[in-house]
Amino acid sequence: MNALADPAELAEAARRVRLRDLGMVTDAGMGHIGGEFSVTDILVTLYLGVLDLESDDGRDRMVLSKGHAAAALYSTLAEAGLLPEEDLATFVQPESALNGHPARTKLEWVEASTGPLGHGLPIGVGMAIAARLDGSDARTYVVTGDGEMQEGSNWEALMIAAHRGLDRLVVIIDRNGLQQGASVAETSDLEPLGDKLRSFGWAVREVDGHDHGALQAALSSVPWVPGRPSALIARTHKGHPVSFMSDVPAWHHRVPSAAEAATARAEVESS
Amino acid sequence: MTLHDCRDAFAQTLCDLAEQDHRIVAVVNDSVGSSKLGEFQQHFPDRLINVGIAEQAMVGVAAGLAAGGRIPFVSAASCFLTARAMEQIKVDVAYSGHHVILCGQSPGVAYGELGPTHHSPEDLAWLRAIPGLAVVVPADPAETAAAVRWAAAYDGPAFLRISRMGVPDVFPDGIEFQPGVSSTLREGRDVGIICMGTTVAPTLAAAHILAAEGVEASVISMSSLAPLDREAIVAVACRTRGLVTVEEAYVSGLGGAVAEVVVEHCPVPMRRVGLRDVAPTGSTSWLMHRAGIAPDAIASAAREVIGHR
Repeated sequence: MNALADPAELAEAARRVRLRDLGMVTDAGMGHIGGEFSVTDILVTLYLGVLDLESDDGRDRMVLSKGHAAAALYSTLAEAGLLPEEDLATFVQPESALNGHPARTKLEWVEASTGPLGHGLPIGVGMAIAARLDGSDARTYVVTGDGEMQEGSNWEALMIAAHRGLDRLVVIIDRNGLQQGASVAETSDLEPLGDKLRSFGWAVREVDGHDHGALQAALSSVPWVPGRPSALIARTHKGHPVSFMSDVPAWHHRVPSAAEAATARAEVESS
Repeated sequence: MTLHDCRDAFAQTLCDLAEQDHRIVAVVNDSVGSSKLGEFQQHFPDRLINVGIAEQAMVGVAAGLAAGGRIPFVSAASCFLTARAMEQIKVDVAYSGHHVILCGQSPGVAYGELGPTHHSPEDLAWLRAIPGLAVVVPADPAETAAAVRWAAAYDGPAFLRISRMGVPDVFPDGIEFQPGVSSTLREGRDVGIICMGTTVAPTLAAAHILAAEGVEASVISMSSLAPLDREAIVAVACRTRGLVTVEEAYVSGLGGAVAEVVVEHCPVPMRRVGLRDVAPTGSTSWLMHRAGIAPDAIASAAREVIGHR
């Protein structure tokens, strides 16, 4: 268990992570910057303020199920000193370890290969069962998108985790409200999401997904209810904090022009 | 001739290995009974992980267990395991390089009268298309036990096709399975017949029929569909007048794999015996005969391929 990090330092780290991400996506000419910016504060809080990756008792595990936000993960790993900064320039280049979606066989701190949606949570359930069999207190964190919760495999995994009382398992849902083509509500609505998760046997909390202090407090204090896995619905904005990207579906995988990138950079720096 | 259900050798071997290695776990989809894992559950209740009827999560959970240092044997009816969870097999297991052993139970037409929804004639063609996944089809209890022992020690993804159909002993107890290595069960210069799993015994019987007519057949058991023993295929193609493949699957499985090698390296006439359409209702043995997986029909295919009427 790490000592709690200073939320102001996490905010500063998140600014650096977003700036790196913006550079990677602009240079590569591809990425999913909207969902990367919505999940950045969650990833930064986990890697710099929550995860214990060094325990002899089995390290905490972290699975990014929304693998299309790979650039945000790589940028966060670099911020945490888990990936050489210079490797970021190889993002999606031929033979790079930094695939468009994370590959566990290529990078040490990528715990699961993801990209197709609905895969991370079942894998996290398996990791949590393994930790329990080992008698370890290690925690398993899985970050999903919200549109991704339309996948049936997630609901299979939610049932299994609750049935087995995996209270060291945490799912964080990046609730930015948008999926590739439209809003989640227009496509196949999830609400009432919290009630659904509770009815599946999970302890549920909601939090501002851009508030590092609130994220850290929630994620560091699991289990919230002994015997129940924890689901954190993190309310976020796609493209946050860039004004022209925020909550706009087109920024799911649009690449900023040079002028847009300059504006975005200035807005991130002053956020 | 005593016939055996290969699930018995599978379950017994898994119990023996689990006794010696605490990392071994079983992951099932309400398939304890159909996998004959009752004894495993009794001895290792914490290590029998029944996820319920949820095949996608079952394979994902197994990948997570492997990431956590366990050696998971996923055991489920092959029709559901392969069709329902194919993306998890592709991504979570094979692409991720996890040491997960997928055990496809009662494959092919083993479920007979239950019908095409419960048959898995597609599984071999599907799985051999996935890079890095070993695909193993044992022929009898000794080879089943050998394949389970090998898979437990092999640090990579594997699929074992385990049949409930009664099969006679072909191999001696205690043999070792080697990936990419076939077994030549009979040498002959006229025709090569390549088989696997439940088709090995009828193929050997077909070779006896042919021998009585003066036709000498080589019989090769290709239990390792992937990696494939390409050298053995090329060798038998070059030294005989034609090849026959025999499989309890669509002919795009073993037949397709052998044909690809033959066409590239040593083109010879070929016949592929196996399933070609959606099966009508019928018993397992009736379906096997209908597909030509019987000594007389295999012998006919061999005569045809070498133009020997």
